Amino acid sequence: MWSNLRTIWIAFTHLFRKKVTIEYPEKKQHLPPRYRGRIILSRDPDGGERCVGCYLCAAACPVDCISLQATEDETGRRYPEFFRINFSRCIYCGYCEEACPTYAIQLIPDTEMAEFNRQNLVYEKEDLTIEGQGKYHGYNYYKVAGMAIGGKDKGESENEDPPIDIRSLLP
Amino acid sequence: MNEGVIWIILAAILLPLSTAPALIWLERRLLGLFQDRRGPNRVGPLGLFQPLADMIKMFTKEDWIPPFADKVVFVIAPAIVVITILMSFMVVPFAPGFIVADLNIGLLFFLGMSSLGAYSIVLGGWASNSKYSLLGALRGSAQMITYEVFMGLSLMGVVMMTGSFSLQDIVLAQQGMWNFIPQFIGFVIFFIAGAAETHRLPFDIPESESELVAGYHTEYSGMKFGMFFVGEYLGVTLISCMITILFFGGWLGPDFLPPSIWFTLKTFIFICIFILLRAALPRPRYDQLMTYGWKILLPLVLLNILVTGAIILI
Repeated sequence: MWSNLRTIWIAFTHLFRKKVTIEYPEKKQHLPPRYRGRIILSRDPDGGERCVGCYLCAAACPVDCISLQATEDETGRRYPEFFRINFSRCIYCGYCEEACPTYAIQLIPDTEMAEFNRQNLVYEKEDLTIEGQGKYHGYNYYKVAGMAIGGKDKGESENEDPPIDIRSLLP
Repeated sequence: MNEGVIWIILAAILLPLSTAPALIWLERRLLGLFQDRRGPNRVGPLGLFQPLADMIKMFTKEDWIPPFADKVVFVIAPAIVVITILMSFMVVPFAPGFIVADLNIGLLFFLGMSSLGAYSIVLGGWASNSKYSLLGALRGSAQMITYEVFMGLSLMGVVMMTGSFSLQDIVLAQQGMWNFIPQFIGFVIFFIAGAAETHRLPFDIPESESELVAGYHTEYSGMKFGMFFVGEYLGVTLISCMITILFFGGWLGPDFLPPSIWFTLKTFIFICIFILLRAALPRPRYDQLMTYGWKILLPLVLLNILVTGAIILI
């Protein structure tokens, strides 16, 4: 009986406590920087696309929501011809970000993507690509990869020695 | 019948009916506050239009009668609860002279009507012809019959002290001292029995949505469900009115406020306490409720009558 009265009193005091509700559209919840939300495609410091169309994200995706087609430009630089993410399927697991070798695909703290039409949840490359570098600054895949593309030959990357002619007899 | 009486009748019907949607809002807001939430505050100012939105929803829902139900009884059952409670408001004195019928057996009329309200649960559960409804109705009838007994008995102390069953006389007899001081046990027991009678939490055992889906109104939808819903809130209002009248001096109060305001204010406080009970207490088990009723409350209430009688005789 006493504990019942005490319960009633405690419930009454809750009338004057601070409310835990965050009134959403007016006040937004703080999302930490590593929050897994909307997926974006970032660019390298020079403004080029980071994605090299390796399909690792599509292979890692457990719900098969990523589809892309890789292609090459005249300099030999690979990029996706189209890159499509179906956000009505995406479960925001972040495996694509983990799989990406070039920091191109990233999950950002944004969840406000509600749509009235489900078709609008299919994002194309133009919708996904942002102008900045996202979470990883200063990384340019083609600058550090030992691969020859237009304007850069083998051995000219950062932290790379010039190639050695292994067939030469000279020591 | 003169014009004034018609206005009083209209008020006695419309006032309780219009408190029902207000109570839906009040209950949801208060429950929210008690649970550290804010409650509905989006529809209109302070969420005041929430009941309106609920009502539109309820009216546009499919009014479905299950093919296995007993159709006539199924339709009548939700009306019974609303009708009986509205009938009870007939004898409620809102202010001096503001009463539809000052019956000399007003209190008995109220008790009788609230007993008839049990039919709503029994018939509704039986006519639904489904097991959860039947279980709910079974519990509901047992609970209401049990609590009916000492709901009546707890008021006998008040009646003995007043010497009248008329609610107006009972209020006027409290001018010296409100009844809840000499009749404190009666007040507590009437409060508990009232909560059980209107099957409000923590005594919502016939409904108990965590065990029986929705108890006796599992099969109801649309406005028929709405009637049970309104009936519940009407019941809360009625019991709060009765507590005010019987134990807290009805419309009596210091002169700076008119009597009707005093009455409304007291009733409002008891409604809030009912909501607070809902926020605070868990539902007892069915057998615990029956044990509690027959083994603790009934002897207590009989003792209360005995002592009151003895004191009056001396």
